Amino acid sequence: MKNILEINNVTKFYKNSVKALENVNLNIKEGEIFALLGPNGAGKSTLINSICGIVNFNKGTIKINNMDIVKNYRTTRKITGIVPQELNLESFETVWNNVNYSRGLFGKKPNHNYIEKLLKQLSLWDKKDNKIKELSGGMKRRVLIAKALSHQPKLLFLDEPTASVDVELRKDMWDVVKKLNKDGVTIILTTHYIEEAEELSDRVAVINDGKIILVDDKDKLIKKLGEKTIKIELFESVENINGNLSKYNFTLDQTNKIISHTYNLNSNTTDITELLNDVKKDGYKIKDINTEQSSLEEIFIKLIQENNNELVRN
Amino acid sequence: MNWYGIKAIYIHEMERFRRTLFQSLASPIITTSLYFVVFGSAIGSRITEIDGINYGSYIVPGMIMLTILTQSISNASFAFYFPRFTNTIYEILAAPLSSFEIVLGFVGAAASKSLIIGCVIILTANFFVDVRIDHPLLMMFFLILTSITFALFGFIIGMYAEGFEGLQIIPILVITPLVFLGGSFYSINMLPEFWQKISLLNPVLYLISGFRYSFYEVSDVSLFTSTLTILTILIGCILFITYTFSKGYRIKD
Repeated sequence: MKNILEINNVTKFYKNSVKALENVNLNIKEGEIFALLGPNGAGKSTLINSICGIVNFNKGTIKINNMDIVKNYRTTRKITGIVPQELNLESFETVWNNVNYSRGLFGKKPNHNYIEKLLKQLSLWDKKDNKIKELSGGMKRRVLIAKALSHQPKLLFLDEPTASVDVELRKDMWDVVKKLNKDGVTIILTTHYIEEAEELSDRVAVINDGKIILVDDKDKLIKKLGEKTIKIELFESVENINGNLSKYNFTLDQTNKIISHTYNLNSNTTDITELLNDVKKDGYKIKDINTEQSSLEEIFIKLIQENNNELVRN
Repeated sequence: MNWYGIKAIYIHEMERFRRTLFQSLASPIITTSLYFVVFGSAIGSRITEIDGINYGSYIVPGMIMLTILTQSISNASFAFYFPRFTNTIYEILAAPLSSFEIVLGFVGAAASKSLIIGCVIILTANFFVDVRIDHPLLMMFFLILTSITFALFGFIIGMYAEGFEGLQIIPILVITPLVFLGGSFYSINMLPEFWQKISLLNPVLYLISGFRYSFYEVSDVSLFTSTLTILTILIGCILFITYTFSKGYRIKD
């Protein structure tokens, strides 16, 4: 699949000489949902804003559909849409005017049929004549999405799309994102919610301190960096850990009946067979076994911690 | 050119004007009427004529200029500062619009509002005094040029303001005094020689003088100097905006 977005060595300093982005390299494939993860102040929004032309970057190149976004800004911006993190809307304007205004800004001829269809898709049609100030937070977020889609972009940036929205609305938003992607829109989202990245994305990048520290397929990432924990529930509590089990680095729960042992999926040996044999040799009867895989969130925290430790060392 | 983009900004701004039509028009009409009551009736009873023109009629071009200058500045500065304040500016910056197109949309709307208000003041003045326009085309030329020039000036204020208070500083502390001291309500020939020379340093004097010429063919300075002054301010504003945009208009950096 061809790249719709290519970011090469992009560096951005703010006026106070704070380095917001440092030699960022990233390629986004057409048709994918890409999640950009990172803690507050990592550079997620700065990267998105640089791509969309909202802030200037100091070094490097960004190409959309193989066109430089500075030299060919008219063409590249026409196919790009952005939903900002904050609910930045003109409170006294109606939904209808707001969305049509956005379409006009992006150089598109008025198309009331399309805007009507869009508002209906986003369940905003019955609110079209309402002023923005009369809408709930969730509806305002939908209006922002409608504005971003008003000019039919091929590449959509969602900056923390479900920040401060309730669980139900978050699921609705996810459905909207999935539908857009199904309709052929490439989506790049930044999020704090790992659950969101896990649910939606095909690939994930982790950014910390202005640098991309990892890019990978979501599933591969979980597999590659994920740890698994095997939990062995016994009929009787463990009284003596000096037997065969002593060689394992395991933990016991409060009842002393559940043994938890963590292992890495990438390791050549996971010791599971041996562990189960040793449980048997020590005379315990197994009641149940289950395994838990580390979530993207745990992987993310681990990566950030490692990266921060490295930064401190340097 | 992104004509749809320019049109979107222009209509969006004019829509704001429509929403606040009563406030937008009531204020200049009431102010103009008060000026006629205070200057026209109270002072006009003592100064009957200047350069052969009835005093009440004489002050009409100055009053229009006062309103045009302040309205152009406040409309344009507010129009550009407001999206900065609410952060809705992101959309304009992300749109396929050149700096020129952005300025054209905002300044065009601000100047249009000022022109409408200017015409309303001319109509209002007719209720109080006889208003004669000897050179209507020249009058429109000055009116349009001044509206555009000071809307550009307002746009600069909108780019640089750090708060709503910042939008008011220049109009209140600079423009209004310059208009009052620029012969809006008198001819500088009525001043002592020293103050006449000082008044010639005031650029607004040239705008009012040229504008008054288009009404009654009387002026304190030559028409050429007036035209040159307004064009110089216009070019100055354009150059300043171009420079600021080239630096990322204080938003993109």
